[in-house]
Amino acid sequence: MTEGKNASGKRIARLGVDIGGTFTDAALEVGGSRYTAKALTTHQAPDDGVIEAIESVLRDAAIGFEDLDLVVHGTTLATNSLIERKGAKTAMITTAGFRDTIEIGVEYRFDLFDLFLELPKPLVDRELRLPVRERLGVGGRTLQPLNEEDVAAVIERLRTEKVESVAVCFLHSYASGVHEKRVRDLIKAALPDISVSLSSEVAPEMREYERFCTAVANAYVQPKMASYLFRLEQRLKERGLRSSLLMMLSGGGLTDVATAAAFPIRLVESGPAGGALFAASVAAENGFDDVISFDMGGTTAKICLIDDGRPQTSRTFEVARIYRFKKGSGTPIKIPVIDMVEIGAGGGSIAHVDSLGRVAIGPQSAGSEPGPVAFSRGGTEPTVTDANLILSRINPAGFAGGRFPLDKDASSTTMLRTVGEKLGLDASYSAAAVAEMVEENMAAAARVHAIESGKEIRNRVLIAFGGGAPLHVAGVMQKLGMKRFVVPRGAGVGSAVGFLRAPVSYEVVRSLHQKLSRINATEVNALLQEMSASARAIVEKAANDEPLQEIRMASMRYVGQGHEITVSIPSGRFTEAEGLNLRKAFETRYREIYRRNVSGADIEVLTWSVLITTAVPPAAQYTAPSGDYVAEPSSYREVFESKTAKIASYGIHWRPDLKPGARIEGPAVIEEEETSTVIPTGMSATILPSGAILGELNQSEKASVRVKEYADA
Amino acid sequence: MRSAIDLQIMWNRLIAVCEEQAQVMIRAAFSPPVRESGDISAGLFDLKGRMLAQAVTGTPGHINSMAQAVVHFFEEFPVDSMRPGDAYVTNDPWLASGHLNDVTIVTPAFYGDKIVGLFAATVHLVDLGGRGMGPDGKDIFEEGVAIPHMHLAREGVINRDLMRLLCANSREPLQTEGDILAIIAAGDEGAARLVEMLEEFGEDNLDVLGKYILETSLAATEEAIRKLPEGIYRNKMSIDGYEKPVDLVVAMEVRDGRISLDFEGTTEKSEFGINVPIIYTGAYSFYGIKCVIAPEVPSNHATLSLFSVKAPKNSIVNPLRPAPVSARHIIGHALPDAVMGCLEQALPGMTLAESGMMWNPYIRGTIGFEGEDRYWEFFSLIAGGMGARSTKDGLNATAFPAALKGIPVEAIENTAPLVVWRKELRPDSGGVGKYRGGAGQTVEIGALHETELTFKAMFERIDNPAKGRAGGSAGAPGTVRLASGKKLNGKGQQVIPKGERLVIEIPGGGGYGDPAERDVEAIAQDVSSGLVSDEAARSAYPQYQG
Repeated sequence: MTEGKNASGKRIARLGVDIGGTFTDAALEVGGSRYTAKALTTHQAPDDGVIEAIESVLRDAAIGFEDLDLVVHGTTLATNSLIERKGAKTAMITTAGFRDTIEIGVEYRFDLFDLFLELPKPLVDRELRLPVRERLGVGGRTLQPLNEEDVAAVIERLRTEKVESVAVCFLHSYASGVHEKRVRDLIKAALPDISVSLSSEVAPEMREYERFCTAVANAYVQPKMASYLFRLEQRLKERGLRSSLLMMLSGGGLTDVATAAAFPIRLVESGPAGGALFAASVAAENGFDDVISFDMGGTTAKICLIDDGRPQTSRTFEVARIYRFKKGSGTPIKIPVIDMVEIGAGGGSIAHVDSLGRVAIGPQSAGSEPGPVAFSRGGTEPTVTDANLILSRINPAGFAGGRFPLDKDASSTTMLRTVGEKLGLDASYSAAAVAEMVEENMAAAARVHAIESGKEIRNRVLIAFGGGAPLHVAGVMQKLGMKRFVVPRGAGVGSAVGFLRAPVSYEVVRSLHQKLSRINATEVNALLQEMSASARAIVEKAANDEPLQEIRMASMRYVGQGHEITVSIPSGRFTEAEGLNLRKAFETRYREIYRRNVSGADIEVLTWSVLITTAVPPAAQYTAPSGDYVAEPSSYREVFESKTAKIASYGIHWRPDLKPGARIEGPAVIEEEETSTVIPTGMSATILPSGAILGELNQSEKASVRVKEYADA
Repeated sequence: MRSAIDLQIMWNRLIAVCEEQAQVMIRAAFSPPVRESGDISAGLFDLKGRMLAQAVTGTPGHINSMAQAVVHFFEEFPVDSMRPGDAYVTNDPWLASGHLNDVTIVTPAFYGDKIVGLFAATVHLVDLGGRGMGPDGKDIFEEGVAIPHMHLAREGVINRDLMRLLCANSREPLQTEGDILAIIAAGDEGAARLVEMLEEFGEDNLDVLGKYILETSLAATEEAIRKLPEGIYRNKMSIDGYEKPVDLVVAMEVRDGRISLDFEGTTEKSEFGINVPIIYTGAYSFYGIKCVIAPEVPSNHATLSLFSVKAPKNSIVNPLRPAPVSARHIIGHALPDAVMGCLEQALPGMTLAESGMMWNPYIRGTIGFEGEDRYWEFFSLIAGGMGARSTKDGLNATAFPAALKGIPVEAIENTAPLVVWRKELRPDSGGVGKYRGGAGQTVEIGALHETELTFKAMFERIDNPAKGRAGGSAGAPGTVRLASGKKLNGKGQQVIPKGERLVIEIPGGGGYGDPAERDVEAIAQDVSSGLVSDEAARSAYPQYQG
């Protein structure tokens, strides 16, 4: 890696810190070296875990808070409170006649054939969905003025119900936020401590269900997230931090704490987004084009497709799906987001036997508190980590660098009681069934996601990170019919490292309806300039004088259509003639997608977006190792193989001892402080120039993969 | 030779390809029923016209009727006459999807210069002339323009003559043309994705894969049918009809791994357009059966081939030409409820109570957004409550059997000069039972300007609410009125006078099981949310003390 120095010649120190469901990870890069640390996530006061992890990594690098040039933070705290329904006491103020919009949803059965289907429950119960008389129409025109007596009555209700946070959601507010803003002013005057989220600010886009859900979710997580973020910033400053604290956004960019505290919903997928950026940088460093990132932590596993180094992105996503793989079974959130599938399968996921006598995993998780049984912190139900320990994939004395000795006997006893006795299996077989099932679930999720995206998977490389993934990557890879996996350096803290690969960027999206046949250049210029200025103000605070790029896009469609396509537009000033250029750009893009233009139809722009960003940090370059060698195991351990249900003698390797060019014959476990990589029988591994582990099926194994033949008789 | 795993992957991929086809159609479409509600179906057929795969998105009436429609194109267009870039179209109600508003479009897919399959889509167009969609026509000729099987495009060139004719006959010409272009684009997209798949797997046709899909599906469906006790199960269900109530009488015979339905005894055809061509009768009936017995088997030719239907000629479920059929969905949507009355006897606890259906007011006006003279037509879709299940409450504001998304109010008001003043759950509408029926909705709609509106009612379950099962009670019947109080008819074209608003209360679903067994907590929760009034709870549930 090249040694980074800042303008004054001092080594640049950049720190990423990620709060996961179980662990809080820190990754520090200073002058070409990387230091990592883990602390248990402290759910009651997550900043405690963050400070502990940062102090630990700073100690290792022998520098102080004041030496940091940048701190980037991401967290799944918001997601967890949505999934676990542990947010603030939230109310919703809405247009009279529409209190049920967030419950009625899209009136659709997302599975056409399942008669026993369930739909997501709204975050706010009907009792606290409070209607007021007001009505805007198309274009923001007032059809009925805001009835301030109704608002006063509703404010009284907020007071008596001791509501902590409120979402204001009026029809057509994407076109005009005037009524929503007035309601906020009235609430703030009466109840200054209540958090207020406006749908016109959180997600100013047409279609009331999605916009209202996004605003309600923002309100639901806001009080906790805001107080947490400001407290963390304060504590870091007290410890001498002089640089900015930036927050990772779900879409892969970075923003400042004030913006994040106002729109915490934009942070929802920030941890996973960091993971996807990490995987993209691993792919670039090791010369792979198309990969799948597989990030398994304590609570969930996330899978993302990355083509040519770019993670797939989307403008909507669903949080808290009640059916693991089904679109439509969660709550829609309208934010820029890296597109990935997430399932409730992590190291802390609890195994049980379902009513049909099948082994089932999650979605309940023991998290870090109480954690797996083996942690001896009060956990009483067997988890995936317990299964890995029973199988001896994990060394009880070496977990998390030996700081948490694990109690294997306790794991076995519980596994036997909860799973084994119901199925007539011993503890090892039970653990093997749990491991197989969790790998099957993850493979199925990856397959469905690839299919939904229309993407091929078998010729990709599976990139595994997060504490749990290296233990399961070989199994998942084989179930997907893939041949290679990579476990990068820093796999245990992938998201935190990924944060350091994110450009500083912020995207502002605004609705301004314009027909191209009569575009108002003055109005458009004013809007774009204002958007550009507000995005720049956010980015410049954090960009350290790096050059900024401006990317402008317009979402356009033929008048009469309901769905837009996004077209790049030039960054300069607009003239009236620009309408013609926009038409050409739209028609070109439209033909690429739909093959034919619609003649005679006018074109309209609905939303404009301005993205201000620094350049993506370049991938590190590595030179090939001087010599290949076969690495000898430092010891051997009997591991119960789940696929064959047999005990095999695994060679144990200590990862820091392995040099680029090392070849490791399976079966083997490659251990490191943060995780262990399992190389089962029939596979082998090499250490790449970057230090990453490349696992591959042995040639003979590829030929003998048995499949049932289907004869065309 | 192909490994079963490869074939499974390719099968999944075909379904994904069809889904892509459907999504392109939705994204490029102009009319709200297509772009917001997904009133479409999309699928891939083999060269014998057998459906191999269909999109996950789509509505049952379209899917299962389209499955039977493609084969009828071959008479006019034999497979060996098809050229790349061709597209064929029909809206024949008896050979496609039951009414003139639904066009079925077929586009051949080529690999190199060899035809490998056919993509088909059935799409509801907002208006194709005549009286427009509604039950008032007295014969098919009053209901709009008929399109016999004909070329929509020849080798990439759109048939302008046909397009101009359709646009000239439509109250919404831009939506009509835009939607048709979206369907063609979707077929092209499907074909491109199919070629990618063939290349990736080193295949040049769908023969082996098709055989695998059909054989596997057939075996799975047959196995599911054989789990039912053999015999004949009978049910009679009454619904409102137009000029008089309609009895749907059905005998379901389970024998030798097949299920056949006979509608002998069902009311004769109506003089109004609520008659159901038998292709559509089968489509919805089979859907109801499949949901109960084999929900997990992907839909294709084989899964449908073990079901058959017959009905007396010129009964309301088998009207012959030139009967009016425009609003055939009303009775179509009741058919799964009727069939489930039979299935409940064979598989107790596996069906739903009757559902509150979907109401689709068609609204028409003559003044546009800016107050200019403009004829417009708007089709909306609003769900009633779903019937309760044997283990769960029915879903609120969720239609069964139709599977169409509601149109967002903001999208409605951006498309037509209408204002939806109220759209919320309807208290006390879900049927009482151990499990409560889903709640319907109350919707209030008026004109944006001070103008008169016309609307066409095609509403069921006003006199005959959704019945409960296993001791559960019926859901609340629907109501139609003006906001000022005047009661309106459930069927037919009517006027909403200037300054008035239309108020519809959509029916709730039936309850399931004995109300006395309902969990007291669940009752209390319904009362505190306001979905059930305290008064209604006290009278229905002895265990509830308030």
